[in-house]
Amino acid sequence: MSSLQRRPLWTPSLVAGILLGLCLLVAAVLAPMLLADPAGQLTGQAGESPSAEHWLGTDNLGRDNLARALAATRLTLLMTSGATVLAVVGGIVVGVGIWLSGRRVRKIALRLLETSVAYPSLIFALVIAAILRPGVVSSVVAIGVAGIPSFARLTANLAAKISTSDYVTTARLLGVPPRAIAVRHILPNMAEPLLILATTVFSLSLVELSALSFIGLGVQSPNYDFGLLLNESLTQIYTQPTSVLGPSIMIVLTGLAVMLLGDALAGRANPRTSRRALRHPSVPAVAEIQDEKAPLVRVENLRVSVPGGAELVRGISLTVDPGEVVALVGESGSGKSLTAMSVAGLPPAELEVHADVLRVDDMNMLGQADRSRLGREISIIYQDPGTTFNPSLRMGVQLTEVLRTHLGMGRRHARKRITEALAQVNITEPEHRLRQHPHKLSGGMRQRGMIATTLVTAPKLIVADEPTTALDVTVQHEVLRQFRKIHREQGTAMLFISHDLGVVEALCDRILVMKDGEIVERLTPAQLRNRDVHHPYTQALMDAVPVVDTSPARLARQESS
Amino acid sequence: MSTARVDDPAQHAVSAAALWERPWLRFGVQRVTGLLVSFVLLVTVTFVIVPLIPGDPAAAIAGPEASGAEIAHIRQQLGLDEPLHVQFLDYVSGLLTLDLGTSFASGQDVATVILARLPFTAELALLAIVLVLIISVPVGMLVAVLTHGGRRSWLDHLFNFVTSLVYSVPQYVMATLLVSVLAVGLGLFPAAGAETLLSLVLPTLALMLLPICVVSRVVRRETAIVLDQDYIRTARGWRIGRLRMFGRYVLPNVITTTLTLSGLILASQLGGAVVIERVFAWPGLGQGIVDAFQARDYPVIRGAILVLGLMATVIIIVVDVILAIIDPRTLEADHE
Repeated sequence: MSSLQRRPLWTPSLVAGILLGLCLLVAAVLAPMLLADPAGQLTGQAGESPSAEHWLGTDNLGRDNLARALAATRLTLLMTSGATVLAVVGGIVVGVGIWLSGRRVRKIALRLLETSVAYPSLIFALVIAAILRPGVVSSVVAIGVAGIPSFARLTANLAAKISTSDYVTTARLLGVPPRAIAVRHILPNMAEPLLILATTVFSLSLVELSALSFIGLGVQSPNYDFGLLLNESLTQIYTQPTSVLGPSIMIVLTGLAVMLLGDALAGRANPRTSRRALRHPSVPAVAEIQDEKAPLVRVENLRVSVPGGAELVRGISLTVDPGEVVALVGESGSGKSLTAMSVAGLPPAELEVHADVLRVDDMNMLGQADRSRLGREISIIYQDPGTTFNPSLRMGVQLTEVLRTHLGMGRRHARKRITEALAQVNITEPEHRLRQHPHKLSGGMRQRGMIATTLVTAPKLIVADEPTTALDVTVQHEVLRQFRKIHREQGTAMLFISHDLGVVEALCDRILVMKDGEIVERLTPAQLRNRDVHHPYTQALMDAVPVVDTSPARLARQESS
Repeated sequence: MSTARVDDPAQHAVSAAALWERPWLRFGVQRVTGLLVSFVLLVTVTFVIVPLIPGDPAAAIAGPEASGAEIAHIRQQLGLDEPLHVQFLDYVSGLLTLDLGTSFASGQDVATVILARLPFTAELALLAIVLVLIISVPVGMLVAVLTHGGRRSWLDHLFNFVTSLVYSVPQYVMATLLVSVLAVGLGLFPAAGAETLLSLVLPTLALMLLPICVVSRVVRRETAIVLDQDYIRTARGWRIGRLRMFGRYVLPNVITTTLTLSGLILASQLGGAVVIERVFAWPGLGQGIVDAFQARDYPVIRGAILVLGLMATVIIIVVDVILAIIDPRTLEADHE
């Protein structure tokens, strides 16, 4: 399905980042020495446009714009590094300190950090700049200190995350003091994520330091960084619009270099899952049915595979007659859910589905069957680990979805019908439930709610994918009872997926045992009850079921063995 | 009809503990407390700006060429000759009557100075954030849907490339480039001032381009996560239309993170506006702060920082409330 890929070491972005970074470093070291004259010497050629001699023109004192932009790299990089170091070191100290302190202090400190992080850090920096006189050092201090709270918060959160990991818990149980845990376990494990975050701090410091100089509250002439150059170029923007190019490009290039490096680091730290999806070839929407008494569901030679990879379902054939309940049993990974979802026309987007025949009624599930018919005739009930309902919508909206979309009912009518149906599946206060969000209901209630919708829509087929697995035993029984009731009262056909033989025995007309994408045995409930199975895998599955069977025959068999 | 409603209000009004169990009340109390704490912090921080100035603040404010009498006058005007706690009480009681002091530079009431400039900054920041949301949410969702499951990797790369590129251009550089190309070069828009509606275009553009990239990337990532959720599979099983699917089932789950982020962006726009306003000579609060700094006009600096901070606080709380209305789970997340 999805494969983990560790990206190669030398990705293009890493190479580009390193090259760009090296160029900037060379400019930072050499430009102030080699270009001292054109960058600093006042000449009579003031405010000139770009020429062969001055590629980006000259400023209002006749200095070469390009030379100044390159020479400014040194001060800019030094200041940015300084601010970054200040923010990172300060952040780590404060963050680890918070983590080491007591519960109460930690809680208050984190709240305070959260509040202060929400403030624009430039304003925070302005406060500090207001106290100190503008200049190189005060800018570094202002931006560095302003960056401490957010880095402290990140450090504290990371530390909290790592401190709940198994090895730290073990160390604590062994009586290692917190300080030692911090030095030995927390800090080394934070190193990589913190390094990546530090690159972000560097970019931010660059942007903000330059901003401070740009508004005239940072570096003061005769010193100059990118921000001050941009500030000066703004004053001559009408006479010479190209003068803004030098500092603009340098700021962007520096930011880009750091971002590329940070991305490359982050990419190495978090291997990505790669998933690919395929376009499905167009096929007719209506399947031809040969004879009159055809089964409701017909699957022939169904194959589901990862494109260019493993086959997960390998040539399955099955039928479900109208009103019949067919079970697919097997362990997780046996392909039973993929089979069921293919029958329902909802296979995962990244998988390839082929079949000689795959139809429900006369709808070809390999093609684009009519949406409204699909919605009305096939109901799907999933395993419910609390995730099958949209957490941000009330139950009423979701439970009436099919009624309103496909059965054309109005809001009131749909709600009235679903309320009745909820009462039928023994849900108390149904009207109140409709106004609640899914997380307010128990798993069993949600599952019965889902079943209730099928009472109103009366589908031809219910595809139930492990509908009872996530529920506890007493709730399982109640839900199974509802399935039986629907089957009895409405004669709905079902494709019932489970890994639990005990569950399917009581409900199903036929049982198909799946292993590694193939059907290995076809059984009747009677065969299952009498342990009349042949395939060793089925045998193994049966042995895994806790037996509550107390029939005399079975007891006798147990005694004799 | 059943009579045993579990959360019947009447049953709840009994004890304080039970009262605390009611999410909205707890939420309200927590937010008001947060507001008060932020306010106290802000007032304290803005107060200490002046006493923390190294050396004699009055001399620093007056500048190197000031006479002793001038310095003494400033000291008296700022109340610096009083003990610190008296100064603090004066400051706080002034705030309670909306008296933020008097500007050194213009002699005007600080509150008046700020109120004259505030609408310009608010106009820019709000316009920018509204446009950011209108543009980035659909763009981010569309890219996520089109590239879902590894399809159309060219779009994936294009989107990442364009957003990274714009992202690496700071707002004020973008602003300067916009002025140089669109205003000075092509003469399409006024380069400075706030006289006409057209004057709004460039500052808004400069403010919104970067957040558009940030927000659309987040929307795209969040949408991709939501599309892989079980409840989307459930909704697909109901075979509802695309429009309803994205509008009703995907969007609300994407919007929580988006709004949280947008609140932070809107707050940081206040800082961004300080810089952007300088480029466009926009007569807003940001430009006011810069002017005040250059004049070392401390009462105005104090007041402006206080107001910007308050606005940031209010924005964050408004976003919290909107989130709680959209997604009630956030109410319960506070319950520890």
